[in-house]
Amino acid sequence: MQHLLEVNDLEVKFGLRFGDLTAINGISFSLDKSERMGLVGESGAGKSVTGFAIINLISKPGFISGGRVMFNGRDLTALSDEAMRDIRGNHISMIFQDPMMTLNPVLTIGTQMVETLLAHRSITRTEAKSIALEKLKKVQIPSPEKRLAQYPHEFSGGMRQRIVIAIALLTDPEIVIADEPTTALDVVSQVTEKIAVMYAGKIVESGPTDQVVNDPKHPYTQGLIKALPGSLQPGAKLNQIPGMMPTLTDIPPGCAFNPRCPLSDTICRQQEPPFIIINGATRRVACHMAKPDPSNGTT
Amino acid sequence: MFAFVVRRITQAIFVMLIISLVGFSIKNEIGDPVRDMVGERVTPAEREALRDKLGLNDPFVTQYLRFAKNAVQGDLGLSFFHKKPALAVIAAKAPATLELVFGAALIIIFISLPVGIFSAIYPQSAFSRFTMAFSTLGVSVPVFLTAIVLIYIFSVELNWLPSYGRGETVNLWGWHSGFFTVDGILHLILPSFALASIMLPLFIRLIRSEMMEVLETEYIKFAWAKGLRRKRIWFVHAFKNTLLPVITVFGVQIGIMFAFTILTETVFQWQGMGFMFLEAVERSDISLLVAYLMVVGAIFVVVNTVVDIIYGLVNPTIRIAGR
Repeated sequence: MQHLLEVNDLEVKFGLRFGDLTAINGISFSLDKSERMGLVGESGAGKSVTGFAIINLISKPGFISGGRVMFNGRDLTALSDEAMRDIRGNHISMIFQDPMMTLNPVLTIGTQMVETLLAHRSITRTEAKSIALEKLKKVQIPSPEKRLAQYPHEFSGGMRQRIVIAIALLTDPEIVIADEPTTALDVVSQVTEKIAVMYAGKIVESGPTDQVVNDPKHPYTQGLIKALPGSLQPGAKLNQIPGMMPTLTDIPPGCAFNPRCPLSDTICRQQEPPFIIINGATRRVACHMAKPDPSNGTT
Repeated sequence: MFAFVVRRITQAIFVMLIISLVGFSIKNEIGDPVRDMVGERVTPAEREALRDKLGLNDPFVTQYLRFAKNAVQGDLGLSFFHKKPALAVIAAKAPATLELVFGAALIIIFISLPVGIFSAIYPQSAFSRFTMAFSTLGVSVPVFLTAIVLIYIFSVELNWLPSYGRGETVNLWGWHSGFFTVDGILHLILPSFALASIMLPLFIRLIRSEMMEVLETEYIKFAWAKGLRRKRIWFVHAFKNTLLPVITVFGVQIGIMFAFTILTETVFQWQGMGFMFLEAVERSDISLLVAYLMVVGAIFVVVNTVVDIIYGLVNPTIRIAGR
């Protein structure tokens, strides 16, 4: 079956004076209609870059250096500017991280909503306005008629966040990419069906959310789950993963996680771990130490 | 918005008070009206009596208040040379200067906006690189040299444009305007370009750098993510934000341009306030010099106040601040 979105071996690099830096190093995942997927990992792992790469909107000097992003049978990395414009904000919307910076300070909310609809639909301004009103009501902005004529600075941060969401939903897109909608992993585990864990530009583990959260296979995922305060007595020290994620300039050879990994062995410092497939292709983990699930027994 | 306007006007009045104080001090220290009025043969005692009669022996504050009161009523004293009220002398010269500055401002707006925006959008293009190099050169060439080079090329060599004077003017209720005759416009071209030449590179660079900064912001990136057409992103989303700091600088620079008219008017024999100012200096016409200072100060203050109010109209965050 064809997936709604299929990211294949996507690679993003940043062209710098001293050479190219690899920000996303060959990631793959897929998404079906009305499926929710969470991309988790520490800051700098490449989550936002992945989001921007899907809509082909990576800021310079970044660029997609390999792989494909298949959406409805079309490769988004190879589309013309105009074809891509028609996809952005229409079929695939993105909700940015910081609602305080996302809205243009000198244009009214109404203008910023109506223009989005007019860029993609042949409708009148009045029709666009009524769609905007409907979406504002949906995100529970009180007295939306009055609010349409106001500027971003007249709204609180929370309201601006909801307006940005309303803008993303204006065209009823097939895919909504939310950049850092929450920093809480337990929230992600509650609202998503699928999860992918990123570390230093790579997906290290992915699978159905409940399986990954309840039975993490990768030591990094295990560390993230253990760091959740939920399982602790109040006042007890949080379980942190020791060390820091490497910067893009000095990713260690072998498995990028090995300097912080409690299970690290010689092979981890020498070879990049391949993906091990568990549970009939629904779960994948990139770790030398992970064992295929004995109950299912497939590799 | 109303409170904002009131506040700006109050500030403007305060600045005018300071200017008038400076103007009066100059007059008080340097100018001697008695010397202007009487000849060598008048005895010191008679001079002293005249001083008393004119109130020149009154305390500084009393004299200043009298000066300020007269100034508010439009009386800035008599020009020693012209034997006419100083303000009337200036009023006769003002249209020429105002039209020159207006012409230069138009040139700056219509060249710097498109060029600045283009070179911000395509910073790597050959045109942008050329413009940047050329603008560095432009900033460093003085006005009088630009003026002379323009005259040499367009008047002497090509013989396309007149090299001095205002040409044919039309009298509109006492305002002699060069805008309504072909000859007047032709005469305006070279001086306007010469006057604009100092500010133009500055504005191209300012608009370019502001626009480039705006194009990097999150809200512009969000506009791309919304799938807007690029014309809309550039000319609505980015342009409006670029304009805000540019408007403020423009207001200040327009004021400064009045000062630069002295050079431009001299080179082009343009019978405006700047030309008159130099003549007044040569003739030690203190009253006229002080009146010039007051008038130019007032123009500066009015232009800046108007520009600030325009800024308030463009920038929505100002409105709430003034409420």
